[in-house]
Amino acid sequence: MPDILIELFSEEIPARMQARAREDLKKLVTEGLVQAGLHYASAGAFSTPRRLTLAIEGLSAESHAVREERKGPRTDAPDAALQGFLRSTGLTKEQLEVRDDKKAQVYFAVVEKPGRKAAEILAEVLETTIRNFPWPKSMRWGSGALKWVRPLHSILCLMADEGGSEVVPLDVDGIVSGNSTDGHRFMAPGRFTVTNFDDYRAKLARAHVVLDSADREAKIWHDAETLAFAAGLEVVPDAGLLTEVAGLVEWPVVLMGRIGEQFLHLPPEVLQTSMREHQKFFSVKNPKTGRIEGFVTVANRETADQGATILAGNQKVLTARLSDAAFFWDNDLRVAKTGMGEWEEGLKAVTFHNKLGSQAERIARIAALAREIAPLVGADADAAEQAARVAKLDLRSAMVGEFPELQGVMGRYYALEAGLPAPVANAARDHYSPLGPSDAVPSEPVSVAVALADKIDTLTGFWAIDEKPTGSKDPFALRRAALGVIRLVVGNGVQGSQLRWLELGNIQNLLFKLNAQENGDGLGGLLILALLDRANGEFGLKLTPQSYKVPHELEEHRKGRNYLDFKALVDGGYKDEGDGVLAFLHDRLKVFLKDQGIRHDIIDACLAMPGNDDLTLLVKRAEALSATLKTDDGANLIQGFKRANNILTQAEAKDGVEYSFGADPKFAEGPEETALFNALDQAEKIITPAMAKEDFTTAMTAMATLRAPIDAFFTAVQVNSDNSIVRRNRLNLLHRIRTICGQVADLTKLDG
Amino acid sequence: MTAAATPRSFQEIILRLMTYWASKGCAVLQPYDMEVGAGTFHPATTLRSLGNKPWAAAYVQPSRRPTDGRYGENPNRLQHYYQYQVIIKPSPPDLQELYLGSLKAIGIDTDLHDIRFVEDDWESPTLGAWGLGWEVWCDGMEVSQFTYFQQVGGHDCKPVSGELTYGLERLAMYVLGTGHVMDMPFNDPDSAIALKYGDIFRQTEQEYSRHNFDQADTEMLFQHFKDAEAECHRILNAEQPDKAGRTIIMAHPAYDQCIKASHLFNLLDARGVISVTERQAYIGRVRALAKACADAFVQTEAGASA
Repeated sequence: MPDILIELFSEEIPARMQARAREDLKKLVTEGLVQAGLHYASAGAFSTPRRLTLAIEGLSAESHAVREERKGPRTDAPDAALQGFLRSTGLTKEQLEVRDDKKAQVYFAVVEKPGRKAAEILAEVLETTIRNFPWPKSMRWGSGALKWVRPLHSILCLMADEGGSEVVPLDVDGIVSGNSTDGHRFMAPGRFTVTNFDDYRAKLARAHVVLDSADREAKIWHDAETLAFAAGLEVVPDAGLLTEVAGLVEWPVVLMGRIGEQFLHLPPEVLQTSMREHQKFFSVKNPKTGRIEGFVTVANRETADQGATILAGNQKVLTARLSDAAFFWDNDLRVAKTGMGEWEEGLKAVTFHNKLGSQAERIARIAALAREIAPLVGADADAAEQAARVAKLDLRSAMVGEFPELQGVMGRYYALEAGLPAPVANAARDHYSPLGPSDAVPSEPVSVAVALADKIDTLTGFWAIDEKPTGSKDPFALRRAALGVIRLVVGNGVQGSQLRWLELGNIQNLLFKLNAQENGDGLGGLLILALLDRANGEFGLKLTPQSYKVPHELEEHRKGRNYLDFKALVDGGYKDEGDGVLAFLHDRLKVFLKDQGIRHDIIDACLAMPGNDDLTLLVKRAEALSATLKTDDGANLIQGFKRANNILTQAEAKDGVEYSFGADPKFAEGPEETALFNALDQAEKIITPAMAKEDFTTAMTAMATLRAPIDAFFTAVQVNSDNSIVRRNRLNLLHRIRTICGQVADLTKLDG
Repeated sequence: MTAAATPRSFQEIILRLMTYWASKGCAVLQPYDMEVGAGTFHPATTLRSLGNKPWAAAYVQPSRRPTDGRYGENPNRLQHYYQYQVIIKPSPPDLQELYLGSLKAIGIDTDLHDIRFVEDDWESPTLGAWGLGWEVWCDGMEVSQFTYFQQVGGHDCKPVSGELTYGLERLAMYVLGTGHVMDMPFNDPDSAIALKYGDIFRQTEQEYSRHNFDQADTEMLFQHFKDAEAECHRILNAEQPDKAGRTIIMAHPAYDQCIKASHLFNLLDARGVISVTERQAYIGRVRALAKACADAFVQTEAGASA
């Protein structure tokens, strides 16, 4: 059972691609070997900036011989059939066997594939792997046509067993496989030969290359913590950076330095971001002051001066970078202290989207929405509006210009400098959240209001200009915005209809769109007028017809039929016409709840209820129903309910009446029927007040107690009695079941 | 190779790079005589990276980035600075080693410094060009761009050119240990007339900063942009053959107009009169010119692939 060692040695592979490349190399080679009829015991892949390595243990020495038989056409079949068979088997007529088969003679093809040597297979598989390697981006070099992530210099491919090791011959566009590799670029340049994986790994270590990225990560982190600890400091953990840095070095040497005193007043996020993004430094914190006061850098070599030159150089670069940052910070503070008016003005010139206007126009819409949303989330309307107006001003700051990832974070600092209250400043930081499914959801009321307003303007805006996501295309991250709305509403238990928010968002964006398209006169002007009147009357906005180019004369047409038609349309509120924003929110809610283990039919059952424009209510219904369905009684209740509903629906259809007169217990026959009456009375006593409090769990639990009496009733009683009075009474009784059980969700929508 | 003694001036670094790359077989060219944003714009790189004729050149290219002007006050930002550019086609297999040799030649001892190749894919939207490579770090500072050209002017580069770009001021400041670019010795500090970088460029940085940010006549610039664009197309569409019966494709004169348009766009950008949406449109117009020039060049003898 030989072992295999493969190394693909190239110029520096981008750090971010190495982990995936290791996995791809392992997968493609081992799968190729297995498909060719080999098997192996284990495989491990490794990477450094200059090499991708795969070690396979216990590969079978050759593939099994395979004998395949295929039955073909009868010997008296038309020639075309025979020709087809020959083509598909790749044989000639002479190579076929003729056998007796059920009174006829039939051609048989017997193909024998002899076992093949592992080396031969490996060479083929490796060449295919190299030629088709799924790099995110690959390139050509020199005069060649081969593609690799960066120029590929050598291929090491060895097969080793007790008897020794041999090179597996391979030639990929002139790169001939061998048994040698290269050491550290600077500390141990020069090629050396190896015989097997252990030898390779050991010789690499002597040549100042740590093969395993996990070992490099461990060394970096250990040395960094040790250095920091000795100085009474601590390294700020950053797993992503650690992986990246480990992918940039073959021989990690950790060095620690201090940040110049003159920069310590900068916000910690600025120091961290600048150091991480530009320099790939770890931040080092002083636990006594709580400040970031130092950095850890990882060099790729040891030097005679113990890294003194390297550290001094890095320190110098850092000083230049932080001088820039400090320059931005000081300039920004000057603007912040004067109230950020300069940025507010500047945002008028920044396009948000060419069909949705400037950032300033968008901010005005968000401010109106934040005001509308505020009462429902327990925020002060003035504070919410003010927060919305300042939340994005930092987009014009020099710091965010340099480090876009600091948007919001800087907004908070600058708002505080401008003397704004903490909740307003916090909203600047938090209103972009939640960004991803695992990102924390803001909970401060003002932040919640602005965060919701931001996302609702985005959704209604892109809907207004017909830029909805399709398939895998979602360039404006509208799915993320919708999930954000859901998590903000549900996570904070925000109750009440979200339709009004959508309506306001929609009106504002429609007005913007119409303003860009229309001259303000004629029918377009009247529609604008109707929308303006709605926005001002219903939502308390103060929009003037003049700013929408609507001429004075037109305002006198408010009694005309055209205006009144528009007004009726607009006053009808936001209509969700199948694929509107609300339907999109529902769609995303299904995904959201499915991730929490709630089946899609449960959500459909709840969506069918009135009030589905209140997402919190919807989720409460779905959670209660889902929990009930997990109990035996709950699951069986659904069967009982469906049976009752089916019988009733059929009877109603046949009789052409609705059996909603109420059933009378005096017509009950037998204990099961009486028991059901009693059970329904009992359950209703619990369900009615529970429903009034929207306590769906209690209501559902009470419904579940009906399972036994309903089952007993159906076992003992024939609904379609010959006695028409009894039958009618029983159908009315079924109607009670339908009504009582249908309060939390439309159970007919459930599967099964 | 052992590290040479540390250079003493900005010009000594340039001279050493010249000597080094000349010794490696590069034709040492002179700067292109037009305003460009980077050494890549020199036709010795842009155009000569097309077609399959071998090529090796090195040159200094004064480069202008109007938006980077800081009135000579910023320690390392300038609206006019020098790039050192090396272009070799096809890229030799030992290009990284050759490059490291150039660092040693200017006094960077790789036994004491930490040299790293950090992923940096290069793309020039105005040239319709892209390549893969790295920024080279010396002790955490970016000292060069190293790129394998894959496409220029929308044409696949076959063979691939290897391009090295050194930001000379920054590199020199590092090697010479200067904190502010204006304090950097330009010629030997022991010269009878010792000149610092600031003696030569402080005043021009002030003048150009004011011009670029406040004074450049935007209406005129817009007009010149249109003129350059039109002239580029006109030159490329000139009737062939000429009156004397000669067929001469004028790829270089047309490309000059492309360079002009690109610089005019940079000036307009510095004046802040190009909005975010317009920006893309202008970049697209310059790219269209670059592409048209590349299309023309590959039909000439120097740019052919036959």
